[in-house]
Amino acid sequence: MRGIQTTIRSLFAAGALAAGLSMAAPAMAQDDTIKVGILHSLSGTMAISETTLKDTMLFLIDEQNKKGGLLGKKLEAVVVDPASDWPLFAEKARELIEKDKVAAVFGCWTSVSRKSVLPVFEELNNLLFYPVQYEGEESQRNVFYTGAAPNQQAIPAVDYLMSEEGGSVKRWVLAGTDYVYPQTTNKILQAYLESKGVAKEDIMVNYTPFGHSDWQTIVTDIKNFGSAGKKTAVVSTVNGDANVPFYKELANQGIKAEDIPVVAFSVGEEELAGLDTAPLVGHLTAWNYFQSVDVPENEAFIAAWKEYTKNPKRVTNDPMEAHVIGFNMWVKAVEKAGTTDPDAVIDAIIGVSVPNLSGGYSTMMPNHHITKPVLIGEIQTDGQMETVWQTSGLVVGDEWSDYLPDSKDLISDWRAPMSCGNFNVATGKCGGKGVN
Amino acid sequence: MRRNAAFTFALAILSLLAILVSPASADEATLRPVVAKFATVKNFSQTEAVVRELAATGDPAVGKPLTALSEGDLYFRKSDAAVFIGKESGQTVKLADPLTAVDAGEAAKAEVTKVKVNNSLRRVIRDVLGTLTLGAADPAARLAAAQTMFKAPDANSIEALDVAILDEHIASVKLQLEQARASAVLVSDLPASEKLAAITVLEARGGRDALSLLTAVQARADGAVKDAATAAIDRINSSLALWGAAQNVWYGISLGSVLLLAAIGLAITFGVMGVINMAHGEMVMLGAYTTYVVQEVIRTSAPGLFDWSLAIALPLAFLVAAAVGFAIERGIIRFLYGRPLETLLATWGVSLILQQAVRTIFGPTNREVGNPSWMSGAFELGQLSITWNRLWILVFALAVFFALLFVMKRTPWGLQMRAVTASRRMAASMGIRTPWVDALTFALGSGIAGIAGVALSQIDNVSPNLGQGYIIDSFMVVVFGGVGNLWGTLVGALSLGILNKFLEPYAGAVLGKILVLVLIILFIQKRPRGLFALKGRAVEA
Repeated sequence: MRGIQTTIRSLFAAGALAAGLSMAAPAMAQDDTIKVGILHSLSGTMAISETTLKDTMLFLIDEQNKKGGLLGKKLEAVVVDPASDWPLFAEKARELIEKDKVAAVFGCWTSVSRKSVLPVFEELNNLLFYPVQYEGEESQRNVFYTGAAPNQQAIPAVDYLMSEEGGSVKRWVLAGTDYVYPQTTNKILQAYLESKGVAKEDIMVNYTPFGHSDWQTIVTDIKNFGSAGKKTAVVSTVNGDANVPFYKELANQGIKAEDIPVVAFSVGEEELAGLDTAPLVGHLTAWNYFQSVDVPENEAFIAAWKEYTKNPKRVTNDPMEAHVIGFNMWVKAVEKAGTTDPDAVIDAIIGVSVPNLSGGYSTMMPNHHITKPVLIGEIQTDGQMETVWQTSGLVVGDEWSDYLPDSKDLISDWRAPMSCGNFNVATGKCGGKGVN
Repeated sequence: MRRNAAFTFALAILSLLAILVSPASADEATLRPVVAKFATVKNFSQTEAVVRELAATGDPAVGKPLTALSEGDLYFRKSDAAVFIGKESGQTVKLADPLTAVDAGEAAKAEVTKVKVNNSLRRVIRDVLGTLTLGAADPAARLAAAQTMFKAPDANSIEALDVAILDEHIASVKLQLEQARASAVLVSDLPASEKLAAITVLEARGGRDALSLLTAVQARADGAVKDAATAAIDRINSSLALWGAAQNVWYGISLGSVLLLAAIGLAITFGVMGVINMAHGEMVMLGAYTTYVVQEVIRTSAPGLFDWSLAIALPLAFLVAAAVGFAIERGIIRFLYGRPLETLLATWGVSLILQQAVRTIFGPTNREVGNPSWMSGAFELGQLSITWNRLWILVFALAVFFALLFVMKRTPWGLQMRAVTASRRMAASMGIRTPWVDALTFALGSGIAGIAGVALSQIDNVSPNLGQGYIIDSFMVVVFGGVGNLWGTLVGALSLGILNKFLEPYAGAVLGKILVLVLIILFIQKRPRGLFALKGRAVEA
């Protein structure tokens, strides 16, 4: 690389070196390239889901560089491995921002990893694009939530099941893995169902540990709960890995999707790829994107992705689409602001609209969440989803749930003059509930 | 002509019955235009209307297109809107006539559109097919029809059922038909005496399904019928409570058998040799991945052998895991005997290396390991539903346990192993090559963990993290059962399984596990050597 540097640039670099090493490194980095941080686990439990997102980011950066980069500079990916270790996420985020001087970070999967890096992004004033569906109840100035909030996934799914087309479900099993996302989502769903007139005894909530593999008792409970003469459905926030034994047990005990459908929020194409899908067929998933969505944008993306990964079997999924949207929004905002300075980008990105992969446009809202369509899909034998229902328009992400008593008065608007992530409309003050 | 006569009764169901009884069938010509409507449906409710129209013709021939629809195999050609049954293969779809199933050539995927189906439609199709197949020649189909009709009672089907009961000569099918009739009677306008008889039939059947039907009756009816329903519900409930306890014991034994499988290799390496082997779980994982590789090879080269894949994988998994175990013992552990802390750390490191190696070779995502057909599904034993995969795993776990017991107690090699454990120096003086015995014992323990992996691949995810989920449980079982005692491992695994499953319904899965752990800690305080403590000189060694 050194050989192709122009004389002027080396002279400048030499001058900067003379001025002081600490000054020189960032000056050079900013001159040559714009660095983009990728903070996804490549080892440990979460590697199964997060490795693909790292590949997606490398692919997107590669594509952008082919188009000529950004602001006349090349983009450079900085990949770190937080190893599914939550405190390590914070350390690696700090390393990306302080040592590598990245302009923005794309990363995290679990809510606990996101919570762990929040203070770092706030302190060092950088940008995080978070691509996974999550429990809401959060809006931070430095974070952009490109995955679904509960009202963009969980609530429409429940609405669908309650409708005549979805089977007029009257009895609900809320089954989840025991951590923050299922707990909060189920709390919101429970409040929502009760507001729709579902009696308390018609809701069964059940939590299981991570990686639970012995589902016999719980499936029997579900079977018993579902034999009370009312149409029953399971809303599953069970975390990726534990799902397979769960569905296997359902199938083995003879519970069919047409009797007790399971709608899952954490099962996507990536998790289904290479699984024995037979026991899952007919069950439902709710996402904002499916690989099977039949629009030209998606076809082009899938083709390019398969070519980039040189693997004709690679699948695409919802969090990948969220990264596509997030990355394109960031690119557009940087172009609009003319700089990668976080403050300028935070102001510029609100209202930015980019095509999503399901044939429409997604827009960044003032609450740092985006607009998305909601799709309900049925799992097919080939591990793909077939859309059976979708919202007629786009749904705006709602960060503070309207169904929880301590967050229903809160709104978030990061535009001046409000610039607040938790404005309480009842008291008229910013800071109703902790920002985190 | 019979068909027209039947229609005068103005009962569609009766008409269908007439057709089923007689070999005559409705004209194909009348069905075709209805089937063709599938090409023009705009939404699910229109599809449902077409399904119902087909069912109303009462012709068993509609079974083919309806089954295809419910399985997502019904297509129409974009060019001429002709409807076909299709089977996807790669980029093409093999087409067949929807009514006669005669081969109709192939079409590219882009040329045809699938008729969409959802769960409510599948339910409708299942219900209408249930009535249609009541007169089928195959007793299994009649049984399935009776079961469907039992769960979706319809007062209009009573007469059809009456005829079917008269014609039925297989006792078990007849019983199901009578039960289906009883459930239909309860939703009809028939007099109370009929309903009381129906309640008796349902009570005799028992079970959850009968309970849900009776609950509905209880809410709707009044007078004697309501009282009878209430009494029947009470009796069914108390019998279900007993069955529930039995079900819990079975689940406990089944969970125990999984624990036993996972722990039995550790009972050798930790229990007999005293090596704290943190990489034990990874041996299980290697066994599971061996199963995956075997199945992949079978899928690509000899799909007919798929049901044998597990039997083929067993010896291979044993060899792979035993070889890795042998290498670990020769390469690392033999330098660390008598230094438990270093052994713990070193094997922990080995476990991380193995995990990452598998992740690099096979990728971080789960791998597909299919269930052979004989391991899928469940069977009913009274009100117990027992799944085949769990039953086979129990049988397998016990087989492995007794085989191991035989090796330890009845073979010269087992004698040498026990001799080295009892007194290394004495054994060496008698001419036993103790390092060799150590290596082979460790390989044996690892190999058994490998074959446990074959079984666990059937109920759990095959991922690099597979082993981590079992290592804690395995140690728990071995310590609880008593270090160095195989019987202790068996009793420990089964009692922990049953304890877990009895706590789970009350405390939930998360708290249940915590409670089990607390109970074990308390137990170990009281009896530090576990359930079956070894006595004698070996303890001090």
